[in-house]
Amino acid sequence: MSDDQGGDKQQDTLQYDQARWSDGERYEPLLSEKTSREVDVETPLPEDLTRDSLELPELSEPELARHYTRLSQMNYGVESGPFPLGSCTMKYNPKFTEDLAARAEAAVHPDRPDETIQGTLGLYAQLSEYLGNIGGMDAVTLQPPAGAAGEYTGVLIAKAYHEHSGDDRSEIIIPDSAHGTNFASAALAGFDVVELPSGEDGRVDLDALEAAISDDTALLMLTNPNTLGLFEREIEAISELVHDAGGLLYYDGANLNALLGQARPGDMGFDIMHYNVHKTFATPHGGGGPGAGPVGVVEALEDFLPAPHVQETDGGYELYDPEHTIGKVHGFQGNWLVLIKACAYIARLGDEGLTDASAKAVLNANYLAEQTDYEVPFGPFHHEFVASAGEQDAADVAKRMLDYGVHPPTTKWPEIVPEALMTEPTEIENRRTLDQLAAAFNAVADEDDETLEHAPERTSARRIDQVSAARNPLLSWQALDEE
Amino acid sequence: MLDAVGADAEADLFDIPPSVKFDGALGIDARSERAVRAEIGGLLGENDDLTEFLGRGQYDHYVPSLVDHIADRQEFLSSYTQYQPEVAQGFLQALFEFQSMLVELTGLAVANCSLYDAATALGETATLATRVRETSGSTVLVPDHLQAGKRGVLENYADGADLTIDSYPMDDGAVDVDALDAMADEETVLVYAESPTVRGVIEESLAEIGAIAGENDAMFCLGSDPVALAVLEVPADVGVDTVIGDAASLGLGTAYGMGLGMFATREAYLRQVPGRLVGASEDGSGRRVFTLTLQTREQHIRRERATSNICTNQAWVALRTAIHAASLGPGGLVELATDCITAATELAAEVDDISGLKAPVHDRHHFREFLVRTDQPAPAIADDLLDRGFAVHVVDDHLLGLCVTDTNADATDELVAALAEVAP
Repeated sequence: MSDDQGGDKQQDTLQYDQARWSDGERYEPLLSEKTSREVDVETPLPEDLTRDSLELPELSEPELARHYTRLSQMNYGVESGPFPLGSCTMKYNPKFTEDLAARAEAAVHPDRPDETIQGTLGLYAQLSEYLGNIGGMDAVTLQPPAGAAGEYTGVLIAKAYHEHSGDDRSEIIIPDSAHGTNFASAALAGFDVVELPSGEDGRVDLDALEAAISDDTALLMLTNPNTLGLFEREIEAISELVHDAGGLLYYDGANLNALLGQARPGDMGFDIMHYNVHKTFATPHGGGGPGAGPVGVVEALEDFLPAPHVQETDGGYELYDPEHTIGKVHGFQGNWLVLIKACAYIARLGDEGLTDASAKAVLNANYLAEQTDYEVPFGPFHHEFVASAGEQDAADVAKRMLDYGVHPPTTKWPEIVPEALMTEPTEIENRRTLDQLAAAFNAVADEDDETLEHAPERTSARRIDQVSAARNPLLSWQALDEE
Repeated sequence: MLDAVGADAEADLFDIPPSVKFDGALGIDARSERAVRAEIGGLLGENDDLTEFLGRGQYDHYVPSLVDHIADRQEFLSSYTQYQPEVAQGFLQALFEFQSMLVELTGLAVANCSLYDAATALGETATLATRVRETSGSTVLVPDHLQAGKRGVLENYADGADLTIDSYPMDDGAVDVDALDAMADEETVLVYAESPTVRGVIEESLAEIGAIAGENDAMFCLGSDPVALAVLEVPADVGVDTVIGDAASLGLGTAYGMGLGMFATREAYLRQVPGRLVGASEDGSGRRVFTLTLQTREQHIRRERATSNICTNQAWVALRTAIHAASLGPGGLVELATDCITAATELAAEVDDISGLKAPVHDRHHFREFLVRTDQPAPAIADDLLDRGFAVHVVDDHLLGLCVTDTNADATDELVAALAEVAP
């Protein structure tokens, strides 16, 4: 941290001019608008089994390198500047983890016999153990390929557990402030969703929870700290209520970055949890994915984990199918290359580094909230805070922040805060950058509606018309050609 | 900074009840970057160095260096989902180009910008079939030799949507069309077939299968692969409603099962499509731009009524696939696909000459892979091959599976020599 170097100096806002390649009508032309070729398809197969021709772009390697480099210049990443996107935990992605994932031995075929991939299985076991320790869980599967897939896996485990107990339960309780995936994952597994209204303090309202719980309750899904960054102080009472009614408790790991080494879901009474390694454990988001969503469970649920799972043998590791397995949630073993990166990150940081990451993430959020002129209605928050843009439109605020070289916060959610700006600076930013971020927030806070509505001005593209994109969907260059 | 927030220590900022506070002893020792590289690199190095002739859903092709260098640019690798399209035109355009390539390969009007893998794409298609007006019923028909991972994932999706899965028989490795016709009825909501199949067989009756699905108000879903689609019949021309598969054979190759779910469908189903879609629009300067669109289908807006729970997808793998496909161009892609046919045919012929082996088991055209019938027990042959440095599939007691692509084609002579030693 560079507390000293930025301490005394008032930070000015930065201005950002993003690269813009344009011929006036459009930005960088599509590959298909450069050179395409239609080739005849001739193969050893009978002609009635093949297509006649194939038309695709055809460019030289230098042309392609330039095309994609230009596209990359019109894209903002974590190394471009601050990325305080709430709930998404946009950390720096350490380079050495990429080198490990790129090793040829990492890329073995998934159907290799166990005895020939002891390295892969050993690493699987190591990461499972790390994650188990971090979450206070007894066993961890690495198969779910993303956070939502982890939720779905957890819901399936709860379903299988109750069915195995001869207990037919059809409902899952989810707070209204939860991630949308919670609701969708519950529905995908065939459950009815019972929405739990938040209390006035932004946390779970115990009376409302008591009213919602019944013999039909299979699971309560919770994020802790919740999406407002607030710790559910009554978590032990919540756990007791759910468990007394025969239900299970699920931890959505999206906000785990607040708790590393500070508290563990397993110690709070959670039975099942997922980890978002692309958030908490610094694997890259890749423009939307791939992530990975390992799922941890307490001992009583180990036999329900997806198949196959890894176990230690005499001097090695093997795959096995847990006795009451829920089966498969991915065709093979999930997003393996991502998992390697997560394991390397955890090993690099160790106990102290992980604990310190959460401490700094929480300090940074608190510091930034203190510096911003926007009101922050709920607290005390942890790794993220939700400010209110007040009379301004949060979506416009976000667009204007782009001009200051800042990726804006998540906007208009959670809805409990009017014109929400959900902000998560993460532990990677130093004071100087946080001051720059605050300067951007505060500059925008002082600007008039007209300026905001016309933003952004300095990004590659100007404000994009989302409505007509949805009204007249043009989803391919073929569709554009038909226009 | 602590002063600014009015705290004496970072610990004071945590609002955690003492009863659930943890002491930080996770039992993980921090190591230097060099030590972690050595340790994890060393661990991975414990994997046996084998020449793989493995396929069955995950395939390896040579990935040009351009793909790594471009895809690893931080602007792509370390960016987020394009919720702020004005600063994310680059990735959006690359995904739009990916979608367009799939539209060309499938002949279908709509391709999304990725699902996790082929298995989850099949599961999503089953739930899609229950939502669209054009189909009715609650039974999904799949081939009886469906790869176990796909079957397992489909069972979970089907269970959540109250669907039943039935298997139809195969006839010499291809769909037994008469049997399928007899099984399909008004209860059938989805007919799934593959070309090439998990045994490498190129299906010859796609139009008949499509007709059977159509007559029974069922969706016809084809499982395929972007390389094969470069030369095989255009799916949309033979009645296919949805194409799924793993597209990571281009751009990624084998990665212990990590994949790229390919999903393309008819325009009529657009509003029910799972996953993210990139569309064209205009910006404030009147220029053409790209943006995520039709987001009201998605979980962050529609929640339990969303078309899928997917949020994080495989966008970066899709970028890699698009760069690889663009590197090959149409000629290179057709050539790669043609090689997959030729190499499988040639290797099967050489294996068939070995005493104690018959290949290919199915008298069909093959793509990349084929089955071998063995006189000796197949597991014993596979074990002997491992000792000689080759990994092959054991499909049944007397069935092996072999897969050949450009990355192992130069080792087929050695494989054949090894088989000649261990198979008779």
